[in-house]
This record gives sequence, structure tokens and C-alpha cells, in this order.
Amino acid sequence: MRYIEPHGHMVSRTTDDYQAMVAAGCAAVCEPAFWAGFDRSSADGFRDYFRQLTVYEPARASKFLLPHFCWLCLNPKESEDLGLAAAVLELIPEFLGKKNVLGIGEIGLNRNTRNELEVLERHIELAVRHDQLILVHTPHLEDKKKGTRLIVDVLRAHSGVKPGRVIIDHVEEHTIQSVLDQGFWAGITLYPDSKSSPPRAVDMLEVCGRERIWLNSACDWGVSDPLAVPKTAFEMRRRGHSAEFVDQVLYQNPVRFLSQCPKFVLGDAAHA
Amino acid sequence: MSTSRPPRSTGQLPPSSAAQAIVDTSFVPVRAKLLEVAAFLDRVERYGVADDFRCAALRQAAGLLVDGEPERARRILEALSDPTTAPEATSSGKAALGAWQPPVR
Repeated sequence: MRYIEPHGHMVSRTTDDYQAMVAAGCAAVCEPAFWAGFDRSSADGFRDYFRQLTVYEPARASKFLLPHFCWLCLNPKESEDLGLAAAVLELIPEFLGKKNVLGIGEIGLNRNTRNELEVLERHIELAVRHDQLILVHTPHLEDKKKGTRLIVDVLRAHSGVKPGRVIIDHVEEHTIQSVLDQGFWAGITLYPDSKSSPPRAVDMLEVCGRERIWLNSACDWGVSDPLAVPKTAFEMRRRGHSAEFVDQVLYQNPVRFLSQCPKFVLGDAAHA
Repeated sequence: MSTSRPPRSTGQLPPSSAAQAIVDTSFVPVRAKLLEVAAFLDRVERYGVADDFRCAALRQAAGLLVDGEPERARRILEALSDPTTAPEATSSGKAALGAWQPPVR
């Protein structure tokens, strides 16, 4: 089996996780910029983080023969500080030319505030201006439904946004259909306690179809499982879905979306 | 009460031979989760915190499990969601709580 991990915060993970992912068939990992668990005190903190994502983490992954790609942004959890956000947005363009940068993400909303919306709009403008793919984080728990609606409205309001170049992540049963209906891609995140479980993810694929959907573990420093994607393949097979079904969802779909960025190139080994 | 109305589907289901396996492999783990819900509701009563808005929301959402209508997961998620549409003026903190609490006026 082969699969892509399209959303993993690998700077928070151990080398054991890299080994386990490769052994399970992972052909590439993509790392969106994320909240560190505490607010960074200045834009310089982000500069160091972006260097980690574009230089050091791909080198660490390469020791396990795993291609590493990343996305850049200021995470919505830190969007309340508009001054900090402006400074970070200013420094992002100098990193967009790095060879493993796929686009702008994970941008979006956390608590659905006006400041978060303003920073989201500025990230979208930056992405459009630099012709970048967009990866969107939707809020947690009781905030997800409202936040997803606000995000979709902002994206649809920008004439430069092409829905097929945007993936809206962490969808659940109450948001997935509206995301797909607007022409966006949808990401299903597999978490032990929140977001979706493997059985619920397969339910959504059965109900909503398997086009424009990817699965990810979003593994980070919290309760999460870097092998959640291959474990979901087991749930698919147990229900009688074909190997082709599994391959489309876990490998072909993410490759189709990510290949819209010309920098997303996998070596021959990944296609074996 | 009807229990046979199927949810909408786009025809992605595998061969019907796998249908019985859905019950055979999942019943015991799901039974355990239902018991966790029951034990949690007993526990919060025993500790005197059953009036917490999250516990109340959980009890209300649990009613959707047995109303005989499909798309239970979607409807439970919506029952626990913030129904408002306007952006918040300020953030009430980094973390969501799992159920919506109407603001105190």
C-alpha cells in the first residue's frame, strides 16, 4: 500500500514516527505551518520556524527517504494580534521560492473573530497574488459549522480564488457537503478524540463520494496518531472496498491536488 | 419508530457481502462507547455537575440517537454547534469547549 500524509506537523514528532510512516507506505509528507502550543513573541520566531520547515525538517525526513513539503502562514490561533500578523505576512514571500513550499496554509479561523477574518483575507490575497495553493483550517468543535460558513463566504468573495486550488480541512459530517458543493477540496482529519475517526471517515466517503477528498492525521504535539491514514485503509478493506478505492483516496487524490504545485514531485520509489 | 430508513448515498458502498461484517466487527466497540456515555451521565450527577451546559447539551443531543431519523452524526454535530452567523468581536480564548453556550445578556 502507498499513501500520502498531506497534513502532519512533523517538527513535533520523533524519528520513530518517520520510520513507522515509511514502513507503512508513506510516499510523502506535507507540513502546514502551525501554532507552537504557545504564542510566538515576534516575527523573528516565525522566521526561525519557516527556516525549520524549509531547511531542517526536509533534511530530517530525507534521512528516512521521505519527501517533505510544507505550507507557510501565521496560524489562526495567533491571528488576534494584527500587528504580529502584518509582520509575518510581510516575511512570508521571501520563503515562497523554497523548493519544498507548496502554498499558503493552514490559514483559516479558530474562534471566528473579526481579527481572525481580517488576517484570513490578507492570507488569501497573498496566496492569489503569488499564485499559491491554499490549505484552510476550519475551527474546532462547536465553532466548526459557523467558521466553515464564514471561510467559504470569504473565499467565494475573492474573484482570484479558484476553488479547485483550495482544500478546506478538518471537515466533518455537518460541513463536508457544503465544502464540496462549492467546488473546493475537502480534507478529513483522523483524530482519536475529536474531528473524525476512521469508521466515520469511511462513512463520509461512502455518502459523499471519493472525489476531491483526502485523509490526513494532522499529527502534532497533542493527542494524535501519525499512522491514522494507513489504519483507515484497514477500515476500508474490512468493509469490502477495493484496493483501487483505497489507492485513490490515500494516494491518487492528494497527488492530484498537490501536483497543481509544480514543486510537488515524487521520485520513482514513491510510485512503485 | 422506524429504524430502517437509509441515509443518502452516492453509490460508493462495497458489495453487500460486507454488510453483516459491519455489525460483527463494530457492535462490541460501539456498545462500549454507549456505556461510556451512560456512565459519564451517571458520574456527573453523582458529582453534582450535571447542570453544566455541556452535560445538558450532551443529554439533548443523545435524544437524536433514537428519533428514527437518518444522518444522526450530522444532526448531533449541528445540535452542538454555534448557530449564530456574525463574527465574534473578540476571542473568548484559544480553545473551543465542545458545545455552544448562549452568551449571558
